[in-house]
Amino acid sequence: MDKKLLTVSLSPHLHGKETTSKLMTGVVVALIPAWLVSVYFFGWDAVIVPVVSIGSSVLFEFLIQKYLLGKKSSIQDGSAIVTGFLLAMTLPSNISPWLVILGALVAIGVGKMSFGGLGNNPFNPALVGRVFLFISFPVQLTRYPNPNHIIISDAVSGATPLGLLKEGMRNGEAVSGLLDQVPSHMQMFIGAMSGSMGEIAAAAILLGFIYLLVKKIITWHIPVTILTTVFLFAGILWLANPRNNADPLFHLLTGGLMLGSVFMATDYVTSPMSKKGMIYYGIGIGLITVIIRRYGAYPEGVQFAILIMNAFVPIINMYIKPKRFGEVKKNG
Amino acid sequence: MQNTKYRTFPRGGIHPPEWKLSAGEPIKEISAPARVIIPLTQHLGAPAVPVVERGTAVVTGQLLAQGQGFVSANIHTPVSGKVIKIDAAIDASGYKRTAIIIDVDGDEWDSTIDRSPSLNKNIRDSREEIIRKVQDAGIVGMGGATFPTHVKLRVPKGKKADMLIINGVECEPFLTADHRLMLEKGNELMIGVRLIMKALEVKNAVIGIEENKDDAIEYLSGLAEKQPGISVQTLKVKYPQGGEKQLIKAVTGREVPGGGLPVDVGVVVHNVGTTFAVYEAVQKNKPLIERIVTVTGRSLSTPSNFLVRIGTPVSKLIDAAGGLPEDTGKVVLGGPMMGKAINNLDIPVTKGTSGVLFLPADESHREKADPCIRCSKCISVCPMGLEPYLLMPLAEYKLWDKAEKEKVMDCIECGSCSYTCPAHRPLLDYIRLGKMQVGQLIRKRKQTV
Repeated sequence: MDKKLLTVSLSPHLHGKETTSKLMTGVVVALIPAWLVSVYFFGWDAVIVPVVSIGSSVLFEFLIQKYLLGKKSSIQDGSAIVTGFLLAMTLPSNISPWLVILGALVAIGVGKMSFGGLGNNPFNPALVGRVFLFISFPVQLTRYPNPNHIIISDAVSGATPLGLLKEGMRNGEAVSGLLDQVPSHMQMFIGAMSGSMGEIAAAAILLGFIYLLVKKIITWHIPVTILTTVFLFAGILWLANPRNNADPLFHLLTGGLMLGSVFMATDYVTSPMSKKGMIYYGIGIGLITVIIRRYGAYPEGVQFAILIMNAFVPIINMYIKPKRFGEVKKNG
Repeated sequence: MQNTKYRTFPRGGIHPPEWKLSAGEPIKEISAPARVIIPLTQHLGAPAVPVVERGTAVVTGQLLAQGQGFVSANIHTPVSGKVIKIDAAIDASGYKRTAIIIDVDGDEWDSTIDRSPSLNKNIRDSREEIIRKVQDAGIVGMGGATFPTHVKLRVPKGKKADMLIINGVECEPFLTADHRLMLEKGNELMIGVRLIMKALEVKNAVIGIEENKDDAIEYLSGLAEKQPGISVQTLKVKYPQGGEKQLIKAVTGREVPGGGLPVDVGVVVHNVGTTFAVYEAVQKNKPLIERIVTVTGRSLSTPSNFLVRIGTPVSKLIDAAGGLPEDTGKVVLGGPMMGKAINNLDIPVTKGTSGVLFLPADESHREKADPCIRCSKCISVCPMGLEPYLLMPLAEYKLWDKAEKEKVMDCIECGSCSYTCPAHRPLLDYIRLGKMQVGQLIRKRKQTV
């Protein structure tokens, strides 16, 4: 027998087909329905903002890795594309491209690379960029365009349903009366309302959610727990006092809740590792969201809720462990 | 009797491609090679001590080396001929270890061995005699763990077994040796099961088989109908269902406590290959000198199941299966998930060799590892409920105490985590390192106490 050089390595000798970049591609694909809805309602702006955001995110990651850290670039893993895309989806379509670039710099530079890059960042980078812009440029970030193709009464122009609610409540109006001025639940479900590009259409986001589940990119635990918690908590408030509270379905369909639950809170790096931990994390996000929406200064609280719970993830991971095999009944 | 409800173990597990290429190939006997290499360590525990020396003429089935100590096993010659040396030879571990090398001359068998193909249904031996015969025959767990079988047949004092599970799962991709054995030696298996039941003094035995072997399920279920106490349990296909603890959980719902033994929950598990060897030892007086080996690979011209004498070099099996595939980059003894890669085709088949697998060069190398993205897939697939993503850095940074607290010793090394990791991280490699170090620390602690 001729001598042949054989590879020797430890088992397993097989590997599944999953790779980091495939998972990232899957997230991008899952975002496409929500993005298409935004193109339909907001036109060319909804093309330009994501392109700028993705382009600058990838470029910043490349430049920081190459010139600041002196490491080999890893932009091909696709995580910067996901961050850029997600960041764009949280912004209004009429935002200035310069602000988008600034947001991408903060998201990638501060949110991700300053902690050591992919896998090491405690906070969701896209949300870090979004919240930075939101706090620094509140006017530009809350001046939403009206969606095209549909006729909405003047009352909603430029304000999201949640913004309208908060404004009205501040003026002492009854929520039940304010709800007459916002789009119907059905309109909100398909995205016919003002808002950030990716957050308006619950239907499209749910389509992406189903895709993520089918492809086993994420599990149901985090999104379902958040949405259930919001529904129950908002439902209790509403039943207790319908005059001052919106109905729970309104809470599910408005603001960034859907987008945040499905795409932001489920970010691998910044969410808990065990299924049990994911449930606690989801409950936390749901509670904080409703508390901010109902009692806080801002109309919307999902972005803060997720970032706050991101901070608890290391502690959750430390104390909430998966159930070990054979943990039960010692000595049988 | 066949239990119709399909079961599986609830936590973790993966579905690698099955690639059971040789499932339809009947077992073919391969004649003895010109020279055999018989390592003295073919089992878990202490190496056997040679009772022959250079120049001794031996007949097939004669004792070569005596097991020493409680956990060890006898070794017999699988061929007749002459011992030419007792020397170090590389075995599947990659290390040189002592082996007895025999040049084959003819094929003369020990006269006490019953070589007739007739079925010996009569169970005459007492419990003690069965165990003694199994010990004499040098039988070890043939699923790959190679734990001496006679030790497992003696239920420790104070414990009680109420069920025997026969492992016919064969969950490793590619391997079909157990599958063929179940199809071709069903009657012998049933007697083997009865013998083990008698030795353990249990009334119930369940043969666990995954549903991808429906012909074996059907055949053995039919045979089991005439056997009181024996039944077949169909299992859903999931790796690593052949793992002892996973199989017990799947069949009985009982969970072996951490650090405990199957008998702690009243169960003893034996592989079908072992069961057949028990039949041959007790009813035919035949020591463990040959076994069924699946020789397979997607580039191999004729994937086969061979009945092989222990000590036959791998190269001889390659010739019998149509020659070494051109694109071979890796040769694995055992299955692709838990088998050992070898660097030398002269390495012999031993008692634990269930298969020889040829992997093409382009599948022989690992991908470059990327950073952990904390996708938690390794946790989802771990059948032991561990956190491989965490155990890896604990071993990397030598945090042995923490690794022990995180139950690194519970790892069964099934490889599901490494298989699944999208970042291609060498999770199991580091976990093995952790197990080794923590194991040493635990032993040291026990010594000082």
